[in-house]
Amino acid sequence: MSADSNSATDEAPERLRIVLAKLGLDGHDRGLKVVARILRDAGMEVIFLGLRQTTSSIVAAVEQEDADAVGLSMHNAGHLTLGPKMVQALADAGLDVPVVIGGIVPAEDEPLLYQAGVAAVLGPGAPATEVVEAVRAAVAQRTA
Amino acid sequence: MNIRTASLTELVEAARSGDNRAVGRLLTLVERGSAAAEEVAALTHPLRGNAHVVGITGAPGSGKSTLVGRLLAGWCQRGLRPAVLAIDPSSPISGGAILGDRIRMDDVIPEGTFVRSMATRGHQGGLALAVPGAVRVLDAAGFSPIVIETVGVGQVEVDVVAAADTAVVVATPGMGDAVQANKAGLLEVADLFVVNKADRPGAADVRRDLELMLDLAHVTGADTDDSGVYFRPQILMVTATTGTGVAEVIDGIADHLKHLTASGRLADRRAHRVKAEVRSRAHAALEQQLRHSMQSDAATAALEKAINSNFSPVDAARKIVQKITGD
Repeated sequence: MSADSNSATDEAPERLRIVLAKLGLDGHDRGLKVVARILRDAGMEVIFLGLRQTTSSIVAAVEQEDADAVGLSMHNAGHLTLGPKMVQALADAGLDVPVVIGGIVPAEDEPLLYQAGVAAVLGPGAPATEVVEAVRAAVAQRTA
Repeated sequence: MNIRTASLTELVEAARSGDNRAVGRLLTLVERGSAAAEEVAALTHPLRGNAHVVGITGAPGSGKSTLVGRLLAGWCQRGLRPAVLAIDPSSPISGGAILGDRIRMDDVIPEGTFVRSMATRGHQGGLALAVPGAVRVLDAAGFSPIVIETVGVGQVEVDVVAAADTAVVVATPGMGDAVQANKAGLLEVADLFVVNKADRPGAADVRRDLELMLDLAHVTGADTDDSGVYFRPQILMVTATTGTGVAEVIDGIADHLKHLTASGRLADRRAHRVKAEVRSRAHAALEQQLRHSMQSDAATAALEKAINSNFSPVDAARKIVQKITGD
């Protein structure tokens, strides 16, 4: 950090910025709010988009917010359609930004999501530490 | 172009040709306040246009973000290309933040506008440095008006809004009486008042209290500046959730800009803004030096003496400052 640093300490940590959203018609946002709090308490900046987002509204948010990752919450069995679409939409926009999916995903669907380029899938009851680690690992993989 | 490996010059060029990824990246660098931020400032300062900077502040939950979302749509309809810096507090414990301004605007964010959420990041005066730099990037990228939205709680937040060309204060029913309205601070910086949630009971009372406060400001001369220019802020009744009254706010903001231009106050405000930024930067640089000299042997010795002997803390501080200034 340079001589006219504005932070209270000389080295300001690089803050991860995470876009959290629910895609499509799915009103169950309780889990997303919990995840927002978990990531905030882990020192991340959460851009909370909430309900009824589209792939293009998420792409626009990622561009403008310079987000490091996208977290999608899925409770409407749409993950196999919407997950890959999200990954594709980000790639089409020239954004190298990982997608992490949380919510209700049957075990047999997980490999399909990973194949489609989803960085991590978190099931119900995933402990806070696992959520944080999954996000950090997904971001680290990208910058590697 | 790979946004993460592009040079700063490439990023600035891309930002000016409408690449939002580049704008987003430049804002991140400015926010981080590193050497790159200084270079971005050097690159974008000569490219500044004539963007109308609008500060919007008010208590949490007063409807600022919803209003801003409506303003964005209205400006777009009028052929403008607006951008927003939406500032929310960081957690003082973890340093993280939940930035929830976009969620209020999402139904109405039109294409071609730019919304950036910014956390206060806790550090003292950090906003005072990051915000002017971010406004410069957005200005260079051709956005205008540029809205700075803050919760009007801290001095820094109020300063940031007061430094805008036009400061809008959002009030709502149920937030207190005329005495609250007369307390110093937020209300004094307003160039335009919005009484939001005007469909709720008590909205007319809020308006009356604000009118009274403005009447008193005229009696005491507080609304007349040094050169005798008098301006009475408008008070506009709005229901942001439905959009009622938003067109009048857009007109009111434009009218204030006209007033500033006609009275010659625009140049003054902008000069003041540059001055405030230079001062903040100088302050940050000095503070950095102070942190270093606090580690020096002389400083340690002076501290030791202040703790263990009759050497006063005032003298100890003077000794340390002398190390920096060389006096």
